[in-house]
Amino acid sequence: MTRIHLARMVGSYGVLIALALLILFGYLRYENFLGLFNIMSVLRYNSMFALVALGMCFVIMTGGIDLSVGTVAALGSVAAAYASPYGPVAGVVAGVAVGLVVGLINAVMITRMHIMPFIATLASMLAASGTALLLANNRSVPVSYQSGFTELGQGNFIGLPIPAIIATIAFILGWLVLNYTATGRGVLAVGGSEESAKLMGLPADRIKTLAYVASGGLAGLAGVVLAAQFGAGQPIEGVGWELFAIASVVVGGTLLTGGVGSVGATLAGVLLLGILFTVLNFENGLGWISLSAYWQSVIRGAFLLVVVILQARLVAGETTRT
Amino acid sequence: MGEDLLLAMAGVDKRFAGIPALIGASFEVRRGEVHALIGQNGAGKSTLIKVLTGYHKKDAGSVSFDGKPFEVTSPQQAQASGISTIYQEINLVPYRSITENICLGREKRRFGLLDWGAMHAEAERLLARFNIKADVRRPVMEFSTATQQMVAIARAIGFDAKLVIMDEPTSSLDEREVGVLFDVIRQLKAEGVSVVFVSHKLDELYAVCDRVTIMRDGRTVRVAEISGIGKLDLVSSMLGREIARVEGHATAFTDRDPAKLGETLFAAEHLSAGSAVRDVSFSIRRGEIAGFAGLLGAGRTETARLAFAADKRSGGTMTLGGAPYDPASPIDAIAAGLGFCTEDRKAEGIVPDMSVAENMMLALMPKLAKSGIIDEARQRVVVEKFIKALSIKCSGPNQKIRELSGGNQQKVLLGRWLATEPRLLILDEPTRGIDVGAKGEIQALIKSLADDGLAVLMISSELEEVIEGADRVFVLREGLTVSEMTRAEASEDAIMAAMAEGSPEAAR
Repeated sequence: MTRIHLARMVGSYGVLIALALLILFGYLRYENFLGLFNIMSVLRYNSMFALVALGMCFVIMTGGIDLSVGTVAALGSVAAAYASPYGPVAGVVAGVAVGLVVGLINAVMITRMHIMPFIATLASMLAASGTALLLANNRSVPVSYQSGFTELGQGNFIGLPIPAIIATIAFILGWLVLNYTATGRGVLAVGGSEESAKLMGLPADRIKTLAYVASGGLAGLAGVVLAAQFGAGQPIEGVGWELFAIASVVVGGTLLTGGVGSVGATLAGVLLLGILFTVLNFENGLGWISLSAYWQSVIRGAFLLVVVILQARLVAGETTRT
Repeated sequence: MGEDLLLAMAGVDKRFAGIPALIGASFEVRRGEVHALIGQNGAGKSTLIKVLTGYHKKDAGSVSFDGKPFEVTSPQQAQASGISTIYQEINLVPYRSITENICLGREKRRFGLLDWGAMHAEAERLLARFNIKADVRRPVMEFSTATQQMVAIARAIGFDAKLVIMDEPTSSLDEREVGVLFDVIRQLKAEGVSVVFVSHKLDELYAVCDRVTIMRDGRTVRVAEISGIGKLDLVSSMLGREIARVEGHATAFTDRDPAKLGETLFAAEHLSAGSAVRDVSFSIRRGEIAGFAGLLGAGRTETARLAFAADKRSGGTMTLGGAPYDPASPIDAIAAGLGFCTEDRKAEGIVPDMSVAENMMLALMPKLAKSGIIDEARQRVVVEKFIKALSIKCSGPNQKIRELSGGNQQKVLLGRWLATEPRLLILDEPTRGIDVGAKGEIQALIKSLADDGLAVLMISSELEEVIEGADRVFVLREGLTVSEMTRAEASEDAIMAAMAEGSPEAAR
């Protein structure tokens, strides 16, 4: 029993402990690490990833995966950029709508046609990327600066970056759905054992559909923020976002096999990976080492691998005991 | 009977890929009765239940429930209509808490959000009916199988069911827990809830059931008051044997000369593991075919798995060729000269998309490979030898095994084990699902292997196969060896009697 508790403690609090240690490290080592400017820019920049990771978290908890989130965000940014002259609301609607459509297509492929999530979302990942490039004629699409659309990415509200506020609201809603609605618990039940969930009379296909649609919609919303933040729809952005999202979710203790997961820990996972990135940048700035972006990718990949291996070990330890 | 019927199913047909699983089956349950549903493996009980619960769609027939025609399309709908099912394999979500497993599907809400406090209280209240105190916030995987079973039952009851179906609910419970379960069943009955009770433990049926429906080969063969039918009668109806029926040879096994049997090759004393195998002893001589008879759940396959080290035994000793035999894994067992043809060819035996040759060579890989590389030429020689010797009908060694008939697939598996040159071959239901002609061929093959000195342990649910095939029959009942019979002693009556009510004392 003690080992089970230990395993679960590490699972739920490990990411928070790591996050605290990393922040402490940054605070002690770099000047201005906890400066207002740095905090705000970390929050602003990582909000997009947080939105994508939230959707991914739900999909992974059902036992699936959504590889299309990165290119859906790119597609969403292009759609939002085209809609931006009509104001921020139009931009959001356009970006989220394309995301919802791709999410629905993913869900139909997975629940109706019984295509493996990995393959289905790989296909839609390519299709979304192609569509984004077609729509944008293979270049970035400038957004309107007159309509107020860019506030979504660059603006502040009560002193906080608007993207961070959007992401915070999304996470609060996600947390409520997961912990306080039947659908949320259904997501975990389906991921834990789809067969059992079906025999229990839970609408497994509907639950999975909701997860993929939510993931698509959140990726579209991330695209809106992307376009607003960088002033253009970016058809070639989003590469590797799905991996960042998966990494954040897994680092947060959500099992890749589904059935166990936490929205809060996913947010912590996003922050952990985002701050790790910032630390590497600061380190470059100090001049002690010079890490290229490629090396940073390698480091993050290695980090993810370590986490997944640890998680597999802990789970194996738990299941052999029962 | 008329108005007190809760459930009436009539003329139900169901086919899977053209093979009939239910043929005009009927099933009737009265309000407030405990009704036993029994039958051999493959008799159609599970299919019938899954049709009733909307998991399978019936091909023909009518169902009425609670006085109205009942067309069910999904388990959700069955549950909403008042039919709750506890499946044999406990169907819970292991990572989720007891509360969630009990309350999913009928959550309590406050202000539109889940009311965890009320749900935890509900789960605790339901479990209290079973005298179980557990932290309902913990994941069910942390609890014992018995507690998990109780959670599944609590879930079913919590749905205010009119009909609760329990598919072998006692298989993971100990005696005290079974007692608690029976109390709950009686309580449900007193509340007017009907219970369908599927079990192979006959004593339990008599303890708690009012009536019994017996199924065989997809048909409903008998419905009776449980007090009006004896155990032996029950067993013979299940197996489709008239008591004391006399008949000629029904199998391809022919008489063997007991004098030709060699010395004891394998002996197991007091094997035990969990509740499935409690105390099983048996021995097999060289050239002997030993048969395991018993009802489903008697522990036959489980015992064979212990001998093969596929499961870990908790007690007992084994000897092979006079020396102590204590394998740690199937690899050790194979190295010691055992082979195990499993019952479920599809799940545990063949690899459907691999060729006949590849399937046959799987067990032999370690022997054939030289530093990891398989000697193709030697492989071909061995494969062709067995295709010929076992007269496997295939276009050649490279044909995919899934294209072969059941009988020929079985021969390939036999070939797989024979290629390892075993001393003892365990065959679990070697002729199940195989057409009559191929059945005879397999039986003749088993006999000729034994004639050549191979010791064979044959598990079969077909009485005639055991009676005519085995030189010695061990009858298992609820995890105990209850009888050992020579070929001369083994008659249908004697075996059925032992299967139904034998006790270990009779075996000694």
